[in-house]
Amino acid sequence: MVLSVVQTPEEISSSAISSVFASRYVQDPLPRYRMPENTIPKEVAYQIIHDELQLDGNPRLNLASFVTTWMEPECDKLMIESMNKNYVDMDEYPITTELQNRCVNIIANLLNAPLASNKQAIGVGTVGSSEAIMLAGLAFKKKWQNKRKAEGKPFDKPNIVTGANVQVCWEKFARYFEVELKEVKLSEGYYVMDPKKAVEMVDENTICVAAILGSTLTGEFEDVKLLNDLLAEKNKRTGWDTPIHVDAASGGFVAPFIYPELEWDFRLPLVKSINVSGHKYGLVYAGIGWVIWRSNEDLPEELVFHINYLGTDQPTFTLNFSKGSSQIVAQYYQFLRMGFEGYKRVIRNCMENAKLLVDGLKQTGRFDIISKERGLPLVAFGFKDTNKSLAFELSKALRHHGWIVPAYTMPANVEHMAVLRVVVREDLGRQLVEKLVSHINGALLELDETTDIVPKISFTVEVKSSDEDQHHESRHDHEGSLHLPTTSIHWKQDKHDRIQKKVHISGGKTKGVC
Amino acid sequence: MVITAAVTDSKEQLYYTFASRYVRAPLPRFKMPENSMPKEAAYQIVNDELMLDGNPRLNLASFVTTWMEPECDKLMMDSINKNYVDMDEYPVTTELQNRCVNMIAHLFNAPVGDDETAIGVGTVGSSEAIMLAGLAFKRKWQAKRKAEGKPYEKPNIVTGANVQVCWEKFARYFEVELKEVKLKEGYYVMDPKEAVEMVDENTICVAAILGSTLTGEFENVKLLNELLTEKNKETGWDTPIHVDAASGGFIAPFLYPDLEWDFRLPLVKSINVSGHKYGLVYAGVGWVVWRSKEDLPEELVFHINYLGSDQPTFTLNFSKGSSQIIAQYYQFIRLGCEGYRNIMVNCMENAKALKDGLVKTGRFDIVSKDVGVPLVAFSLKDSSRYTVFQVAESLRRFGWIVPAYTMPANAEHIAVLRVVIREDFNFSLAERLVSDIEKVLKELDALPPRVSTKIDHKELEALPPRVSTKIDHVTAVANETEGIKPDNHHLREIASYWRRISNKKTSGVC
Repeated sequence: MVLSVVQTPEEISSSAISSVFASRYVQDPLPRYRMPENTIPKEVAYQIIHDELQLDGNPRLNLASFVTTWMEPECDKLMIESMNKNYVDMDEYPITTELQNRCVNIIANLLNAPLASNKQAIGVGTVGSSEAIMLAGLAFKKKWQNKRKAEGKPFDKPNIVTGANVQVCWEKFARYFEVELKEVKLSEGYYVMDPKKAVEMVDENTICVAAILGSTLTGEFEDVKLLNDLLAEKNKRTGWDTPIHVDAASGGFVAPFIYPELEWDFRLPLVKSINVSGHKYGLVYAGIGWVIWRSNEDLPEELVFHINYLGTDQPTFTLNFSKGSSQIVAQYYQFLRMGFEGYKRVIRNCMENAKLLVDGLKQTGRFDIISKERGLPLVAFGFKDTNKSLAFELSKALRHHGWIVPAYTMPANVEHMAVLRVVVREDLGRQLVEKLVSHINGALLELDETTDIVPKISFTVEVKSSDEDQHHESRHDHEGSLHLPTTSIHWKQDKHDRIQKKVHISGGKTKGVC
Repeated sequence: MVITAAVTDSKEQLYYTFASRYVRAPLPRFKMPENSMPKEAAYQIVNDELMLDGNPRLNLASFVTTWMEPECDKLMMDSINKNYVDMDEYPVTTELQNRCVNMIAHLFNAPVGDDETAIGVGTVGSSEAIMLAGLAFKRKWQAKRKAEGKPYEKPNIVTGANVQVCWEKFARYFEVELKEVKLKEGYYVMDPKEAVEMVDENTICVAAILGSTLTGEFENVKLLNELLTEKNKETGWDTPIHVDAASGGFIAPFLYPDLEWDFRLPLVKSINVSGHKYGLVYAGVGWVVWRSKEDLPEELVFHINYLGSDQPTFTLNFSKGSSQIIAQYYQFIRLGCEGYRNIMVNCMENAKALKDGLVKTGRFDIVSKDVGVPLVAFSLKDSSRYTVFQVAESLRRFGWIVPAYTMPANAEHIAVLRVVIREDFNFSLAERLVSDIEKVLKELDALPPRVSTKIDHKELEALPPRVSTKIDHVTAVANETEGIKPDNHHLREIASYWRRISNKKTSGVC
């Protein structure tokens, strides 16, 4: 209860009556560096912040992100009702904890974890796939260290093998937890991790091989089955027992519904943990991810904290402690509301809309489609013309219409390619896709016309006073006439420099491709 | 757009929710249900189950904010679909985070110029903030040791035994040894002298807590700074200080502005504070601020190119909602310094009212101090007939959630109840709580004594003394259920069970 409305009586009466935009509050600059001294009325605070936020992009037109941007109003209602519940108070909010456990079980079964029926799965809800990956990586690191200690071998140089197409959180994991990242470089036409090369890179210090289901850049699914087979052979020879982790952040809620026969999950024996983002195709707002382990053995006990709650043991293994419960409740709502067929239909709609977009782009004749048909519902395309800057310019042109379509250069070793990427989420309907295609066509016309940018014109002004004038002045100075010195203006059009905004990507995964 | 309304019987949609078949079916617990259901039914079902959760506003265990103004709720809902990490797409939201960091840095007297951007970041809570700060210290220490050519495999951190569980998590996950300064009866925070004694060449930092979780006290950071400076002069190790101001960071600057605990002390290199505690925002936002650029090693920072300019980021989490950050900015400009000050004054006064009411009953010892976080920790003067755990359980019947804890090493024989006074706990609620506590005491007094006189005192003496009070409670229960005299082996099992639970930082005391 905010009992603090400290205003002078005059202020109270006038501010209560005047509209926000008539008050003095909209005249003052907003505080940026120091907390303001005085309180202001809540309507004013709301209005000011709301107005500034209008300058943010429109989330639903943000085609860069996989993260859900629309949910049903009923779900919004549930979320706001549970926003004041601190999820970690398991003792106080047992139902919310129960909902998390149910979600973990549901996802584990979706991923074919080898569980006896009605047995509790091993997994946890996180704040996103970053935390999920860090937890999974930490489990692998501890397990590997324990194994090496038992064998009496050195354990100070763990490494992890992934493709160069990994998302930035793997690099974070490697940097923060002191694990070396061995990347399998990409090659032209092949934008995911090559299983053969990956298995070659595995050595005795490898804690795991990370495969991606739903590559961030092109949406492809990596061939986890082939990786499993090759790695099993190598393990037989070397005895190292290197496991696999599948980063199914995007693909985890796509593959089970439309490609159920694709073997990539716990059906493959070497896959020990999988992470999936609830806030991508799990259809929940930003702030939730899940990580599931195959079995108890794959999660070292020393990493798990045991909280005594309601007299029973609730094991927890997360990096974050206090957090809101809204997204977990929303995830359960989605499972309940949509069910298997609901998710299947949504993903199928997304794939059809993606196909529609691909057709529209092909019709322009200017693009190469880089994403494959089998994969996530996203479309990655590049210009046939090898001029890298065109992609960035198209991205900029589309912003004028409100669309946010990002342009990226591919990672090593195909940095010469620039692609644009459109992610088709649940809420990008056919009508919007058609509009997008027409805007792209319009933007292409603009790009072709204005090969010249604003011409640079330079002016020189010469101001001369002629001798005649001076002569005039001396004779007629009592008349007070105004003599302007003669001026002449010369102008010439300079050769303009093409100003290209270079998007500089410094070492490592900088651009947060999510 | 959910175009999937796969209802087999279209008439279902017209039915009254509680007349439909959906409320007869058991809820899915292990497998995703095969079919969809109408959204109204799904909403109703989930909502009804959640009714059995505790009432957040009566949850007196937690510091985390449970009430915000409707205008702020509106702002939060509007931005719930914005993924905070898309800095390119949501530049204003990013700007708001930067402004909050600047404001907090200035609140803590960070040595930044008036128009300079401070070094800091918004996190998902103090846990993440502490991990980031610890990681920075660890890296810095490792770099220093490498440069000196000395071994760097055994970093450690010195804290009090009263630290919150996230320090233990940090130590375990990032392979740093945790050296704890044990508590004593009557002294429930870290003793600066003992802490400085424990510092060695492998210490990456000393962590002081402003607003101890258990009793709300502020540790004497100034004394720690002085003693540590002396030691640093002798040894040349340059050990820094981190202040965990998760609860106290938004209290001390408003109520005790003269208390020197922040960047005014030269050895303090980073501070974390929870926006969702006395920052008055819902769960899910914390802040960590560093003194200067040098205190944050560059190799840990990722540079995202956004809007052509460089946006450095250093967080563990990537995608997350933007709601809480916007709410934090709303609170800063809505309340301002005077608003926060008035709220904290109100909290302290309500805490005092509660304390006076408890003291008047004559049955409690107040363990928390007057200067500190607005909470009241109290223990029973006489625990022989019943313990604070039973009081806590009985209070649940009235709807109050008041937790009971035992203190950590070496004061495990003290058990306390703790009531946290948040912004939305007003005077009338305090009065009601006191009267409910009195009711509970009366009930418990009237019960026959639960501790069985059948227990042989010789067996009790054979056990280590510090678990005896718990034994009373547990064996009494065992007596009543089994009706047999517990033998030594049984008692030892029970003792080890409790010891296992109380030794680790299990209960998520937040």
